[in-house]
Amino acid sequence: MKKLGMLSVMSAVLRREVSVAMRQKGEVLTPLVFFVVVASLFPLGVGPESALLLRMAPGVLWVSALLAAMLSLQRLFATDFADGSLEQMALSSTPLGLLVVGKALSHFLLSGLPLVLMAPVLGLQFGLEGRSLGILMLTLLLGTPTLSLIGSIGAALTLGVRGAGVLLSLLILPLYIPVLIFGAGAVEADAAGLGFGGHLSLLAALLVLSAFFAPLATKTALRISLE
Amino acid sequence: MNTQTIHWFKFASPQNFYYLAGRMWPWFAALATLLAAVGLWISFFVAPTDAQQGEGYRIIFVHVPASQMSMFIYLVMAAWAGFGLAFNTRLSGMMASALAPTGALFAFLSLATGALWGKPMWGAWWVWDARLTSELILLFLYLGFLALQSSIDDPRRADKACAVLALVGVVNVPIIYFSVKWWNTLHQGASVSLTRSPTMASTMLWGMLIMVVACWMYAITIALLRVRNIILERERHTEWVKHAVE
Amino acid sequence: MAGANGVGKTSLLRMVCGLAPIESGQILWNGKPIHAQSEVYRQDLCYLGHLNALQESLTVNQNLAFNAALAGNAPEPAQMREVLAHFGVRGRGEQLVRHLSQGQKRRVALSRLALSEARLWVLDEPFVAMDEAGVRMLADLIAAHLGKGGLAVLTSHQQVDIGAVPAQMLELRA
Repeated sequence: MKKLGMLSVMSAVLRREVSVAMRQKGEVLTPLVFFVVVASLFPLGVGPESALLLRMAPGVLWVSALLAAMLSLQRLFATDFADGSLEQMALSSTPLGLLVVGKALSHFLLSGLPLVLMAPVLGLQFGLEGRSLGILMLTLLLGTPTLSLIGSIGAALTLGVRGAGVLLSLLILPLYIPVLIFGAGAVEADAAGLGFGGHLSLLAALLVLSAFFAPLATKTALRISLE
Repeated sequence: MNTQTIHWFKFASPQNFYYLAGRMWPWFAALATLLAAVGLWISFFVAPTDAQQGEGYRIIFVHVPASQMSMFIYLVMAAWAGFGLAFNTRLSGMMASALAPTGALFAFLSLATGALWGKPMWGAWWVWDARLTSELILLFLYLGFLALQSSIDDPRRADKACAVLALVGVVNVPIIYFSVKWWNTLHQGASVSLTRSPTMASTMLWGMLIMVVACWMYAITIALLRVRNIILERERHTEWVKHAVE
Repeated sequence: MAGANGVGKTSLLRMVCGLAPIESGQILWNGKPIHAQSEVYRQDLCYLGHLNALQESLTVNQNLAFNAALAGNAPEPAQMREVLAHFGVRGRGEQLVRHLSQGQKRRVALSRLALSEARLWVLDEPFVAMDEAGVRMLADLIAAHLGKGGLAVLTSHQQVDIGAVPAQMLELRA
């Protein structure tokens, strides 16, 4: 039989997630709708004054994206845990850490990327324009993979636990704060003439750090949950 | 193996540690009480009135030790957690669980005393100062640890999961602190430093130092007491516990 | 391995796989403890537990291909068709797993064994809820595996005849 290399197995995980998502489109769209709804709540809460909305926009959009990305994290491992697939992944000859990267990558493609694409539409509603919109999209593009990676740790820790959804949020929201600060801060820094390069590099650094360490923590947590 | 090594690993057994902790905690309690008494006396009666801040500043004698302890306990917790994961010892997880509530308490105390200080000084109960905000996030990390612990029924699995969480947290704390500082300076927000004082009389420093050590002794006492309870609860099916409880 | 319900057969099997922690004692493969050689051990291992490990929203073929991929293999479509036919679920390759009956799902799960090149099979009550033909087929499969020099560790309530093959029976008691 033909043998598969480790990266092929990782991409098999990725393709599987995408195939499942294609058959359950609703599950992919719900967080996206949540993103729109939550972002729209803020103007309703603070009033439609355009100057205020413009100032709030990067922060509001980032927080809404963060919450939306978190919504779909619970399902990252839960179904596989319930039907025994996760066990099989843990027993695979390919390292579990690599499979976790495949899972996180699929979460980014199915959750993060749609948010990145949706953000400009919402940004316009808040009065953001051209350059700022571009920077916002860029920060979301760099930040959402990190959110997926860090989020996978929380998803693994709370597998099969009572009240998993809310508990997951409590665990990982504090860890999301640096990404939030640098992501939302970039647009404002640019508007103030301070340039966004520093923020982007920090976001990139966080991405690299989490790409190395998050799979390690996640795979340890998965094995603990499988015991 | 020399006797030193045997001695150490003997106390890795919950049963032996239970009795050791039972003999140790009164000493720490006594030290804590003594030092706290001395420290509070110094802070309220001996230390001079601050030129700029009047009498209100005295709350830093509680605030500073509390913040330092909250950070230090998190580090110790993470260390025990790492130890437990690496060597698969039951006691390490129990120690981490014993420390967590105390750490959370100190974090909360730090925030509360910070607010009590802030109100007369700057007219606001809360300022989004970098240190206070980081302290708040640290409290969230503690609460997350406690929440995860209580959600998982199997104590061994709970300990291991919390251990991973604590280690992830400890790696993130410097990153969080750095990002909050960045956020604070960028927004030119209230950058009041609650602990920076242009001149600190030596009595003030001594007072704070004694209070820090007093808090340390207190934390050890409470941790020892709590771990004894945890040991009794986890090992309740064993013979020695049945004898001990009689 | 035999034993009453709840005596710990599943737990022991999971320890053999390396999924569950070992309180005392050791599990050796080729003379070395399994935790010292995880990657190599997992390449030699195929585990079938109570759960089928089938994603309901995907087709049978997609599931077979994925499970084989986890073992590092990429079977040809013809191979998969043949295996499915052998297990009595001929022609259902493109059906969603969701639309199969419980028995058919179990057979698809078992077909993982036929596509596996692992030397050690760890099977948790594989004969449960199988009809006579199914039991016969699985027994033959295991016998063939043993004949090729493989090893199988399995638990069962029933007495199943796996032919004249050297076997060791362990009875677990609480």
